[in-house]
Amino acid sequence: MLFLVIGGAAFIWSFQNAEERIHIPVGSVHGVWIDDMFWLTMVVIGIVFVITQILLFYYSYRYQYKEEKRAYFFPHNNKLEIIWTMIPAVVMALLVFKGWKTWTKITDPAPKEAMVVEIVGKQFNWIARYPGTDNALGNVRTNLIDATNELGIDFSDQRSVDDILPSEIHIPKGRPILFKIRSRDVIHSFYLPHFRAQMHAVPGMPTKFWFVPTKTTADMATETGNPDFKYELVCNQICGANHFAMRAVVIVDEPEEFQKWMSTQKAFVADKPELLKNLKNPQGIVLDTKKEGTNKAAL
Amino acid sequence: MASTDISLHNNVPIAHDEHDHEHDHHDQPFIFKYIFSQDHKVIAKQFLISGIIWAFIGGALSSLFRLQLGWPNETMPFLEPILGKWIEGGKLNQEFYLALVTMHGTIMVFFVLTAGLSGTFSNFLIPLQIGARDMASGFLNMLSYWFFFLSSVIMFTSLFLETGPASAGWTIYPPLSALPQAIPGSGTGMTMWLVAMVFFIVSSLLGSINYISTIINLRTAGMSMTKLPLTIWAFFLTAVLGVLSFPVLFSAALLLVFDRSFGTSFYLSDIYVAGQALSNTGGSPILFQHLFWFLGHPEVYIVILPGFGIVSEVIATNARKPIFGYRAMIGSMLGISILSFVVWAHHMFVSGMNPFLGSVFMFLTLIIAVPSAVKVFNWLATLWRGNIIFTPAMLFSIGFVSLFISGGLTGIILGNSALDIQLHNTYFVVAHFHLVMGSSAFFGMFAGVYHWFPKMFGRMMDEKLGYIHFWLTFLGVYLVFLPMHYVGIAGFPRRYYSWTAFETFSQFADLNMFISAAAIIAWFAQFIFLFNFVYSIFRGRRADANPWRSNTLEWTTPIHPGHGNWPGAIPAVYRWPYDYSKPGAEEDYIPQNIPHSETKSSNLSSEKELE
Repeated sequence: MLFLVIGGAAFIWSFQNAEERIHIPVGSVHGVWIDDMFWLTMVVIGIVFVITQILLFYYSYRYQYKEEKRAYFFPHNNKLEIIWTMIPAVVMALLVFKGWKTWTKITDPAPKEAMVVEIVGKQFNWIARYPGTDNALGNVRTNLIDATNELGIDFSDQRSVDDILPSEIHIPKGRPILFKIRSRDVIHSFYLPHFRAQMHAVPGMPTKFWFVPTKTTADMATETGNPDFKYELVCNQICGANHFAMRAVVIVDEPEEFQKWMSTQKAFVADKPELLKNLKNPQGIVLDTKKEGTNKAAL
Repeated sequence: MASTDISLHNNVPIAHDEHDHEHDHHDQPFIFKYIFSQDHKVIAKQFLISGIIWAFIGGALSSLFRLQLGWPNETMPFLEPILGKWIEGGKLNQEFYLALVTMHGTIMVFFVLTAGLSGTFSNFLIPLQIGARDMASGFLNMLSYWFFFLSSVIMFTSLFLETGPASAGWTIYPPLSALPQAIPGSGTGMTMWLVAMVFFIVSSLLGSINYISTIINLRTAGMSMTKLPLTIWAFFLTAVLGVLSFPVLFSAALLLVFDRSFGTSFYLSDIYVAGQALSNTGGSPILFQHLFWFLGHPEVYIVILPGFGIVSEVIATNARKPIFGYRAMIGSMLGISILSFVVWAHHMFVSGMNPFLGSVFMFLTLIIAVPSAVKVFNWLATLWRGNIIFTPAMLFSIGFVSLFISGGLTGIILGNSALDIQLHNTYFVVAHFHLVMGSSAFFGMFAGVYHWFPKMFGRMMDEKLGYIHFWLTFLGVYLVFLPMHYVGIAGFPRRYYSWTAFETFSQFADLNMFISAAAIIAWFAQFIFLFNFVYSIFRGRRADANPWRSNTLEWTTPIHPGHGNWPGAIPAVYRWPYDYSKPGAEEDYIPQNIPHSETKSSNLSSEKELE
């Protein structure tokens, strides 16, 4: 009983203490749906939590052993059991329905006008690729990867010639952004807590996640009162020694700022003509790396 | 009957029903009595003691990484004597940190809560509570322990490898676990992990097959399936889950062995690592996740079901009241067991799996809340108007219900695929499963140890120490895992060596320190239990034949039952195990072996014909 009262009070106090910090601000359209769904579920389970824990400790306190007393022989009661099977079933049905609606809306295919950004995880950083003016990403092949061409872009594919690999990740506010997510070594997880966005990056299987950002980095800085606010991209699937340091920053701009930034970016091959030259003879490269790969595997 | 070759221990009076064999009952040599024993009670104790040792190792590992998480900027040169080269310039090695979390998970899930829990209580209680002389096959039972021991030795040895033990997380997702180039722990450490798990699975299967056949075949006269104590039902379903799901883990591990050692590509495709493009193509890492979680999810029920059973039994006994809704309790366990096979992919909502499957698995997952809720309500109804005796076992059982409620409810959040987008792999998940399958299962185990200790060792554990142990542990668990939800809601990722680089997460330095301090204190509190356990084996107060005035058959055996359990005939069973405080009865309990003809005053109208 003592535990219930003190524990309950401590719980409420600690929750209030932490509450402000655990609401990390949300910066996307669907993020709001997720938050709503989360706090709705929290209220439902909060009610059940409070009732059952109070009963548990109250009964334990109230019905302590007394020599002269006899417990009440009460082996079963079908009516009661049906009631308390049905109530959770109905509540769960409602939660499932609402969760299912939210989930489908989030995972539906991205709208056609969505801007495409490719994001590739590797030990231990993220590489972004923009499709350039043709709005199409060029092919990639694992065995074309080397120190310069980190994504293994196949430049014999015409679509790759204007692909951009900027050093920063910028996205415009208010427009659907489709992230095409890949990994080139182990599984990583593309996780943007402020956007309520997460998807694994899986080697050999491209995945995707799209959302509409609603606040620019500057908006967020005002909202949080933190002039240095940054949207952080987090790796959320164990991937090796520096898993904890696999961080990138996503910058959300106003659409016109974004255009300005985009126009300053040059195509990846612009200053690396040797990449195009190498590809005159792609076959040779393929064979070389393959041979090395096999040797390694044999070791 | 498979127990014909059992030789009775010589200090048991010999008045034997079915085999008046001419064995001369000399003392068995130590090695056969305690080491290569085929007596289920000795094997149970072997599992229990191994489990306790593993639990302390697992706890120690978690204390180490909690030190790192709580005080990420401090140096820890004082650990150098223990960890040697894993401390570099006073800092914990990052890869070793990952090895710590991996081994902590592996040890706790498999070696403590599967082998330590099922191995102990299924072995100990099944023959005693159903009225059998031993398991269906004492020899398989012995093998089961020794395969487990072999597996333990291999896993333990891997801790001392130069490249470190397995460190790709306890879920060992490839490619990370398949590529030593990606993390050194995936070299020999991972090989040993896989070999150890193969032996572990063999052990678990041998045990489970034995439990199932014993329960089906060797029940004493009158012990119908609907007169079984709930413990036995729980162990039965646990064993069924194990038999159906462990082979799938076995196949997952086998394919991983092929990928690692024989150049196949079941799980590997399009990989460029450590400056090399690998030739593997066409494999899918998602395949591994499906196979892994096909075991992995039933596994959490393998861990928690024995807890359900033990707690139901302890609560009914100590509330002096029949368990409320006996059949509903069986039904809900059955429902949970069946559902546990069709929810595995809720671990994979954001793995890139088709979102339609996400919807299906969300639906199936959230249904589990219904039978779980029924169980909780039934336990509460059992306490209602009871006459509750607070033994340490009872406290741990009530604690179990409390933790199960708290942890179970957050499962409703995580089972929702939309919410899992945000919470996947955060500390919210860690907090959830540590409450519901970690701490709860431990509480079930403690309840079981405190309750059946007198039957195991013929002595009582100290109650006062038990109370202190309970309160410290109970408080510790909540102080550790409640704040963990807060950081989880904020998106704090698990398996992070340090979080100071992230602005989003570094605001939680205080909470992390608090969690770490609480966790380490709670770990130290377990030494009270260890002391109580060891001391009581040798010096505890001597137990009565039925110290808790319980109904089940194990309390009808002598205080020190020999091999064969009952010196005379096996008692027959006439009633269910929960006739507590029956109106009209002399005592507030009527053991299962008392026929209705002796209890005319208390028989219900429906039982008159049984007189």
